[in-house]
Amino acid sequence: MPRTQELNLNMGPQHPSTHGVFRCVITPDGETVTRVENHIGYLHRGIEKIAESKTYPQFIPYTDRMDYLCSMVYNQGYVETIEKMLGIEVPERAEYIRVIMAELSRIASHLVMVATMAIDLAGTSNWMYCFREREKILDLFEMTCGSRMTFSYMRIGGVAEDLPEEFIPACRKFINEFPEKMNEVHELLTGNEIFQARTKGIGILPPDMAVAYGVTGPNLRASGVPYDVRKNQPYSIYDRFDFKLPVRFNGDCFDRYLLRFDEMEQSCRIIEQALDSLPEGEIKGKVPKMIKIPPGEIYHQVESSKGALGFFLVSDGSNKPYRLHVRGPSFVNMGVFPELAKGWKIQDVISILASLDPVLGEVDR
Amino acid sequence: MELLERLFVNIAGLARTLMAGWSLPNSIIELVVLILGIIAIIGLIIVDAIILVWLERKIAGFIQERPGPNRLGPAGVFQTIADTFKLLGKEDVIPRSADRWVFRLAPPLVFVPAIMLYAVIPFGKDMVPVDLNVGLFYCFSIASLGTMSFLMAGWGSHNKYSLLGGMRTVAQMISYEIPLLLSVLGVVMIVGSLNLSDIVAAQKNVWFIIIQPVAFIIYLIAATAELNRGPFDLPEGEQELVAGVYTEFSGMRWALFFLAEYTNMVATAAIAVTLFFGGWHGPWLPSWMWFFLKVYLIIFFFMVIKWTYPRIRVDHLMHFGWKFLIPLSLANLLLTGVGIEIYRFMRG
Repeated sequence: MPRTQELNLNMGPQHPSTHGVFRCVITPDGETVTRVENHIGYLHRGIEKIAESKTYPQFIPYTDRMDYLCSMVYNQGYVETIEKMLGIEVPERAEYIRVIMAELSRIASHLVMVATMAIDLAGTSNWMYCFREREKILDLFEMTCGSRMTFSYMRIGGVAEDLPEEFIPACRKFINEFPEKMNEVHELLTGNEIFQARTKGIGILPPDMAVAYGVTGPNLRASGVPYDVRKNQPYSIYDRFDFKLPVRFNGDCFDRYLLRFDEMEQSCRIIEQALDSLPEGEIKGKVPKMIKIPPGEIYHQVESSKGALGFFLVSDGSNKPYRLHVRGPSFVNMGVFPELAKGWKIQDVISILASLDPVLGEVDR
Repeated sequence: MELLERLFVNIAGLARTLMAGWSLPNSIIELVVLILGIIAIIGLIIVDAIILVWLERKIAGFIQERPGPNRLGPAGVFQTIADTFKLLGKEDVIPRSADRWVFRLAPPLVFVPAIMLYAVIPFGKDMVPVDLNVGLFYCFSIASLGTMSFLMAGWGSHNKYSLLGGMRTVAQMISYEIPLLLSVLGVVMIVGSLNLSDIVAAQKNVWFIIIQPVAFIIYLIAATAELNRGPFDLPEGEQELVAGVYTEFSGMRWALFFLAEYTNMVATAAIAVTLFFGGWHGPWLPSWMWFFLKVYLIIFFFMVIKWTYPRIRVDHLMHFGWKFLIPLSLANLLLTGVGIEIYRFMRG
């Protein structure tokens, strides 16, 4: 007796376009997806638990290994949490360097998003163009701190090393050439009819749903909600810079993709201003040799390239955190994925996932 | 030049006279010449595939601003040969739950129709392996056989990704065969023959791309879809289906699929040249050189498209085929018919 049975398609953790070790089980009806289920945890390293056995400065390298594409911002978020709790004054120059590094990191991360979005739709050539540009940013990082991916560059009270002499001209050159290079991507990919057909109107995230799921960052702003930690609760010295908050209103894959370009443009503006007004002086403030934080708790958040990144720190007065919780934007953003992907084709599931831009190192922690 | 022009024809003639000297019966002489021809074609296919794989990687590298293969031999030309040896040496893996016979049969069954296409193509002046009077009809009927083997590969692998890929192939190939055939019919109407040699002869003065530009564009699009090449490479669908129908295949079985893709690509380009670009017609150079020059030009076009376009979505693909290409090719047929009638009327 023939009978029908639902097909469950297991995507990941080894799959070309799940951005690492994400796994989802999709129930397709022909090519249409009727149900998506998230499974995470394949990259779980217990970073939050590790924090409890490390002294405060020792934990900085672990923040690199959460979102490895945007690690400068993670460094910054963590050290600022400690500084806020201890009330450490950070020298002006260090603040400016931090902003430059964080914004460069943001551009690098968005470039990876654009690249993976292109390659997930099989526009393989754009991957190389975006990575060529990202390479230049990594060169800048290497110049400054000797590392290309996991920097541990920011220290409690400042940064590890001063900018080398050749950094500023190289950085200016990169910023000046950047818009033209991005035009190449626009010409080859953004204007392509197939690309537009595969992203416009696909995976629409309505603003109320985005807020209900706690989505932040570019994904939220592409749905028309103007929320950015840099603007709404300025930290570091972001209130000194003149930059716009790009917002788009359709909330589809195409808007999420384009919003990254808008953000990169604004990041370039911030870097330019920071380079112009970079003061001379110390790069590290006065910090006690042994960092002990008085009992208490604090929540500090910064804007990473994926959204609002929060550190919740509980201290019991010792030199190690009692509990450190990280509010990872990718983790929260992934929650909306099953809801978004439902009802679209299998190919759209891939483009929706790419447009949400999760980093699994941070989702699983 | 004259020597080069008649090179292959003379070799065949030489073989014939040599064997006649050994006083062999006529039927055996013809058989041996046929086998020689088959060996030559298979050799051509393999050499072509090696060059094309290398060329594809070089073109991809050029578009993506990277060097491409550059280690083995000058500009990495021996890379493909090394890869072939690697593939030959690989362990032959058949998944436990696969339908063994279907799984085993699929790769050769993809490859065989691809070779069979070469039988009727006029490679140069007097260089048609088999001068069939229904050549074009033969080409398309053979080409559609390939669909079956993709379905066999998808079903036999017992893998969900393969199955999805196999289903996509069938849908795609059946939908795009119709505009492919309809686009070619315009040429057939003008020439009044299905024989590929006649079609080439008819283009002595003017290439059919000038008379039938719309048909050529439809042919090119539909042929790209038939070849499963980007932006229509849905059966493979690397990003969503891992490797689609090829997921469970490895080693030489997988290489056969790959070889078939390139063989088909050359055949499709060869048919395009025969139908629209005047076949082997061309000044100065020997006819077969012209033929391959044109074929490689079209292949270059296929490759550039593949490396610059994103993949189309499966339902858009269907809509494009049924709602746009088929009506367009029908309109082209109508226009061609009217044009022919007007031409006849003017000529009296």
